[in-house]
Amino acid sequence: MSTPATARTSERLRAWTEAELGVEGRVLDVVRAPDPVLSTPGGAVDPTDAAVVQLAADLVATMRVSPGCVGLAAPQVGLAVTVFCVDVSAHPKTREHHGTFVLCNAEVVESSRNDKGREGCMSVPDLTGDVKRASRVVVRGALPGTGEVVEVAATAFEARALQHEIDHCAGLLFLDRVAGAHAVYARQTYL
Amino acid sequence: MTSYAITVLGHDRPGIIAETTDRIAGLGLNLEDSTMTLLRGHFAMMLVCAGEASDDEIRAALAPLTVDGTLGVTVREVPAEDAAGGPGAPWVLTVHGGDRPGIVSAVVAEVARVGGNITDLTTRLAGDLYLLVAEIDLPVEADEAALEAAIKTAATALGVGATLRPADADEL
Repeated sequence: MSTPATARTSERLRAWTEAELGVEGRVLDVVRAPDPVLSTPGGAVDPTDAAVVQLAADLVATMRVSPGCVGLAAPQVGLAVTVFCVDVSAHPKTREHHGTFVLCNAEVVESSRNDKGREGCMSVPDLTGDVKRASRVVVRGALPGTGEVVEVAATAFEARALQHEIDHCAGLLFLDRVAGAHAVYARQTYL
Repeated sequence: MTSYAITVLGHDRPGIIAETTDRIAGLGLNLEDSTMTLLRGHFAMMLVCAGEASDDEIRAALAPLTVDGTLGVTVREVPAEDAAGGPGAPWVLTVHGGDRPGIVSAVVAEVARVGGNITDLTTRLAGDLYLLVAEIDLPVEADEAALEAAIKTAATALGVGATLRPADADEL
């Protein structure tokens, strides 16, 4: 499923760090459901816009200070736009990963092998839920700053995190995808 | 063989299920379907059992559960029901948003209007967030797109969001 071009840009992503953004990230407040911004589909952004570069840095900074956080999307800091960051590298469920990266205007272009897993979310702090998602995805998006379009082939937990964040950017929470009436639980641990 | 529906509701403590099921087993009743949860901390159990005991015998056997006044027990004979699902298709409905009165009634009214049957329902109030997840059997002739539009209209009027999607069932 991973083409040579995807493999190349996956390498580019693996090498990316927030230092490339050249701006200091600020720690922002994370909004919680039922804030309507979390249910608002995010608009596309210009990844080279200085405000988007700052947002990218802010998302990473906010993710870094949040225990257990493996990803954060712009709606979670109050902005209905399609920008998110992920970093599953330190999570015990992680196998393969691409470290820290931020994508703008990202979409899933290929997906396969559904798998059910329990998800939590900083914006839904009291609940978790079982959600079926593809365990292999190819996601296409643009890097903030340079605007390079990259494709990343992700698997397992990183694939789940990417789909969770892409859903946020579309105004969807994991609650919108729980498997059934008995697939929602009082919170115990983060994703 | 007679079937009975039994409910046990009230203050939660360890051992309620052990005591209830022990007393049911002591009457030779077979525990069939059951469900138990905590509703805002209250113990809530419903079960259907079958056997030869009379409803008065079951009530007498379960009476010790209620002596301290914190639990209520009901016992009722019920006819046999066909447990098999209908010919319709299973769907999952999620509704979430700010808590306010009337969310459940407004949304499920749309389901009832098209003859949809709710087969499982959970609602949760977590802080200000109200969440409803329902599993629904829709009749084969139901127009899912029209139902989803009607549900979304009802939800939007209440300031909440709704999602209707097919229930995944992987045959293995």
